[in-house]
Amino acid sequence: MRRAPDHPAPSEITPKGTALQRRHLIQGAAAAAALAVLPARTQAQSPSSSKLAALPGAKSAVPGALSMDKPTSYADATSYNNFYEFGTDKSDPAAHAGTLKPRPWTVVVEGEVRKPGTWDIETLLKLSAMEERVYRLRCVEGWSMVIPWVGYSLAELIRKVEPTGNAKFVQFVTLADRAQMPGLRSSVLDWPYVEGLRLDEAMHPLTLLAFGMYGEVLPHQNGAPLRLVVPWKYGFKSGKSIVRIRFVEKQPKTSWEAAAPSEYGFYSNVNPKVDHPRWSQATERRIGEDGLFAKKRPTLMFNGYEPQVGQLYAGMDLKRFY
Amino acid sequence: MQGLGHRTAAPTASALNALTPNSLLAHRAAKPLLFLAALLPFAWLLYGAIANTLGANPAEALIRSTGDWTLRFLCLTLAVTPLRLWTRWHALARLRRMLGLYAFFYGVLHFLCFAWLDMGFELEAIVRDIAKRPFILVGTAALLLMLPLAATSFNRAIKMLGAKRWQALHRAVYATALLAIVHFYWMRAGKNDFVEVAIYAGVLAVLLGWRLWRSLGARHGTNPGKQGASG
Repeated sequence: MRRAPDHPAPSEITPKGTALQRRHLIQGAAAAAALAVLPARTQAQSPSSSKLAALPGAKSAVPGALSMDKPTSYADATSYNNFYEFGTDKSDPAAHAGTLKPRPWTVVVEGEVRKPGTWDIETLLKLSAMEERVYRLRCVEGWSMVIPWVGYSLAELIRKVEPTGNAKFVQFVTLADRAQMPGLRSSVLDWPYVEGLRLDEAMHPLTLLAFGMYGEVLPHQNGAPLRLVVPWKYGFKSGKSIVRIRFVEKQPKTSWEAAAPSEYGFYSNVNPKVDHPRWSQATERRIGEDGLFAKKRPTLMFNGYEPQVGQLYAGMDLKRFY
Repeated sequence: MQGLGHRTAAPTASALNALTPNSLLAHRAAKPLLFLAALLPFAWLLYGAIANTLGANPAEALIRSTGDWTLRFLCLTLAVTPLRLWTRWHALARLRRMLGLYAFFYGVLHFLCFAWLDMGFELEAIVRDIAKRPFILVGTAALLLMLPLAATSFNRAIKMLGAKRWQALHRAVYATALLAIVHFYWMRAGKNDFVEVAIYAGVLAVLLGWRLWRSLGARHGTNPGKQGASG
């Protein structure tokens, strides 16, 4: 949309392996040119190539699901993460998530539904056809990425479990297992990490239940084996490693709301006009794209998904419901 | 500047004597070595910025690292006098000015990284940001407070101001340290992530608390720190 002429179509996206090779070459050359003596850190940390199981998906037909923005490199998307269960540093999840066990895995669906139950990950993988969706991801901290996810609309699962008339909100509970997650020793947040959506938000076709990215199953640090992706909200709304989905009548309290109510609201829609108390949300830095000295790019209303989701919030005061 | 007398002892001392910590600190090479060592973080960050080894978000890494190093050099500067009195390595006093100037140097780099990498050097945006965000305002105040200290760090300034007034002025470094730790705390507050803040706050509490304890003791006539009021 910005710099339209040189934007690749999603089908032209560089395959991960090739991109990595190129990245290595570029980094290697840059490092050698700068100071041949010191080893380049990122070079050593980049995954060699596809070690994870393939999880292909057909191009999604959902409107807005295939962003034309250039996807973030796999190395950046898997080394710069917020997943506090593995530590608060951006590099902690990649370093410590090796202890996560994504199999066996079950997801409990409960609350205001006619068909509550426990879903096995293998069943969930086959519940609907896998789609590839290239979404912009805007973190509340002021940076963004573009990620090719693999999964299907959460609505597919919701329809199967048949919410009752009392179901107004959906709560997502993520894994909190001290044996697997060293970060739980810290009291940064009240564990488990919980998130929530209004039922209509959860039913929106763009709300994705993701099982993979870059054509493979999710790496541990990105929320294996399944996570939520809500592209028009700040990244923390998209819970990782989900174990429980609860349909409720009252708006659930989310983890960040509980930790800092003045800074993080229930809705947390990407909104350049509503600043975080400690920084502006008007602009963002695209990881790996915007050079060190480049001007930051403007943040778009609803992260650029306003045509698709704007009507969900018609008449709402978004400054009040931030 | 107490302790300078020990310096004259170094050149005439025997080889054995020359290996005491105090004589090593008094050695001619001590200052140039410290100068180079204190430049290493800068060199490492500069290399990282050029070679793209600062991770996925180099701007954030640069802003945070320069802030960390400012705090570290503030702690080192404030540690000189307590350490000197405790160990009697009086030659440490020679190195204090350079440590203080490096705290200022990394503080200026921290501000420049913020103003450039975060704000794109848009003066209006920077001024608006400083006014709007309390934690940036506090950080800016900490840096501005260091400015007159850096500007009067040369020997002639002590003579021009008079030792007493110069010393009183340079006590502003205590306020800088407090503002810096408030700045860091506030920056982490939203994420409830206080482990690192607690470490720096603990170090500063000891270093500033020691001074408070000494000055209270002196006021009560017990005079525990006769050897140097240059804290």
